[in-house]
Amino acid sequence: MSEQTSEVREAIEKAIADNEVILFMKGTPNAPACGFSARTAGALQSLGAKFAAVDVLPDARIRSELSALSQWPTIPQLFVRGELVGGCDIVTEMYASGELAQLLGVEQEDGALEEPALGNGVLEIENRL
Amino acid sequence: MLMPQPGEIKSRIEAAIPGARAEVEDWTGGGDHFRATVTAKAFSGLSRIEQHRLVYQVFGDEIGGPIHALSLSTQSE
Repeated sequence: MSEQTSEVREAIEKAIADNEVILFMKGTPNAPACGFSARTAGALQSLGAKFAAVDVLPDARIRSELSALSQWPTIPQLFVRGELVGGCDIVTEMYASGELAQLLGVEQEDGALEEPALGNGVLEIENRL
Repeated sequence: MLMPQPGEIKSRIEAAIPGARAEVEDWTGGGDHFRATVTAKAFSGLSRIEQHRLVYQVFGDEIGGPIHALSLSTQSE
């Protein structure tokens, strides 16, 4: 492992240790760059949970080091108190069952999440009209 | 593996995880976003994270590559 790579790894480890709830995602909670990241951030936001978010897109090393560390191949990844909770599927399941609210120690109001928008497989259109 | 097919993903999961039954659909029709429901005895006693990891391990680096996304729902028997 090069010195630079281990620097990225250490920064990720520190971020996970320092933030009780941290989401690694594509884009940001307000401007997500992928339907799965949007849905996962949306679950946390709709619970009113406080969370830190890291955009993995600006530097490819973040994603590769994170996946090596967590042994989880995809983005997003949610960590709570230092433990990997899961990606979009698991977080969505836990949101629906109320387990996510319980894990985060927040109250849940009724309401379903929208299905992630995946485009039509040919064009990924972000409609800002 | 250039354009993975749902049937191919299904048979690879079933071959790699003993006793697994998988239903796989192409989520968008684009050949790179898939959704799989997997039921296996091998999942019993494992956390959800560990169950999903077992399935992801079947595909290694193909996840995030030719298989852009594999959405999972797992159940033990």
